[in-house]
Amino acid sequence: MQIYLPIAEMPVSVLVLIGLGAAVGFISGLFGIGGGFLMTPILIVMGIPPAVAVATQTAPIVASSTTSVLAALRRNALDLRLGLVLVLGGFAGTSLGVWFFAAMRRAGQLDLVITVAYVTLFTVVGGLMLTESVRGFWASRHGRARPARLGGDHAAYMAWPLRVRFPRSRLYASVIPILGLALFVGFAGAVLGIGGGFILVPALLYLMRVPTSVVVGTSQFQILCTSFVALVLHATQNQAVDVVLAVILIVGGVFGAQFGARAGRNLRSEYFRFLLAILVLAVGLRFAVELGLRPAEPFSIVVQEAR
Amino acid sequence: MRPGHGPNKVPARAHLLLLGLLSIGPARAESLVVSLSFNRLAVTSTYTGTSVAVFGAVERDGQAAARSGGYDVVVTIRGPRQSLTVREKEALGPVWVNRAQQKFAEVPSFLAVLSSRALPDLADEATRRRLRLGLSAIVAAPDLTLAAPVPDDPFREALLRLRRRERLFTETASGVRFLAPTVFRATAPLPATAPVGAYDVEVVLLAGGVPLARHEARFDLVKSGIEQGLADAARDWSLAYGLAVGALALISGWLASVIFRRD
Repeated sequence: MQIYLPIAEMPVSVLVLIGLGAAVGFISGLFGIGGGFLMTPILIVMGIPPAVAVATQTAPIVASSTTSVLAALRRNALDLRLGLVLVLGGFAGTSLGVWFFAAMRRAGQLDLVITVAYVTLFTVVGGLMLTESVRGFWASRHGRARPARLGGDHAAYMAWPLRVRFPRSRLYASVIPILGLALFVGFAGAVLGIGGGFILVPALLYLMRVPTSVVVGTSQFQILCTSFVALVLHATQNQAVDVVLAVILIVGGVFGAQFGARAGRNLRSEYFRFLLAILVLAVGLRFAVELGLRPAEPFSIVVQEAR
Repeated sequence: MRPGHGPNKVPARAHLLLLGLLSIGPARAESLVVSLSFNRLAVTSTYTGTSVAVFGAVERDGQAAARSGGYDVVVTIRGPRQSLTVREKEALGPVWVNRAQQKFAEVPSFLAVLSSRALPDLADEATRRRLRLGLSAIVAAPDLTLAAPVPDDPFREALLRLRRRERLFTETASGVRFLAPTVFRATAPLPATAPVGAYDVEVVLLAGGVPLARHEARFDLVKSGIEQGLADAARDWSLAYGLAVGALALISGWLASVIFRRD
């Protein structure tokens, strides 16, 4: 069944898109991440203009993070105060990212920036996560419990000025590294068309030592706010949000995410981290290959404006 | 099917051909009557591409003698113009990076060239270049880009190659069929990726490698109904549109949490 997208100005197969949305939603539900970093490249490969793909992908991210935030609220697994600080940094990062995106597009190097960013970000984050989870496997194989986190075991940057108490996260830390992290995630999200959950979750866990119970809810809250702003910005600045495509992606993603979340509960946390690390690393390596191999077609066409 | 043969007086024919070449209207021996299968097509939610048929007839005035070699017709369909940049990746150390680029000012987003027989057979290269008959002649035209034209320009070749691969530029050597010696029909498929907008249809009549007449028509591909409404809203009320899509996403997320609530 084909349907014509009014903004992308092309027909797509509804069933294929819902299936893809469900598959990505399943993965995102499984790992508690947005899934934008998988869906945006898929949409671009399908021939949807990159601007429309990046802009429209924000809508399913808003939908899925709303579901997560509501669930977290019911479980009281959301640190609103930490979330608001993250949102503040995220807005600044998003605006910076949108500006950088436009500048690089003018310079004709947007492809390169996106590819390099995917490669470095994904291989670094994926590599760190893989090391971490393999170490975990190793420790449990040898019957040794992993050293529990010590109360005072905080990195030096936590003691920078402007310290704030986050009681829900049992955190007393400077807001500067938190704002910096949120700024970086917002920047990366705007440039790459991703929510940034896969960066924010491990960073909050490992760098900020936020308890696991509030990490997902809090990061989803930040993603909800920044994605909503990004969606409205993309609609007003670029007129690139396709509502028909958004509805299709939301429908697929919402159902997929529910089944993913259900499957996720049966997954042991070590396997969970291991699989997520492999997934992130695989996406990074795929872009690394693209960057280093002689392209089959060295030429590309970019349409500036239709008249 | 080829047009019929008949007695012809060589000097008179040469004279008429010259007139045709100079495009002096009233004295022309042949003229074209062209009709399209539609002048306006509404793109709806189930649109998956279409095809446009071009019907034509050659009208000869009284004194015109039949052409010994028969007529040839070239139909060129041009989609809305767009300005674009073609970039070339080059190795920079271990990575491949966009380096050289060339801007093109007015390139048709869609091009279909249909002819009654292979283009090299129906006109020589100089004529084809001058009249922009055929994809390579159109892409090689100097007005396509501000850069000075150079032979075998790799950027023009890349433009042609990439657009052909996407089926947005096509050339069909047997696309025009003569139903009778002076009546022809051409059918061009319009893929769904061909953009909405105004399309120009140019029909050129030739005989023995010499152009005789030229006719232009146009049709519009327009979004309709809901599609047009949504596109208008996205453009004219972009803030409300963005907020509406955002609200839709929020409500969907809330609905999902209600439907799949587990506690």
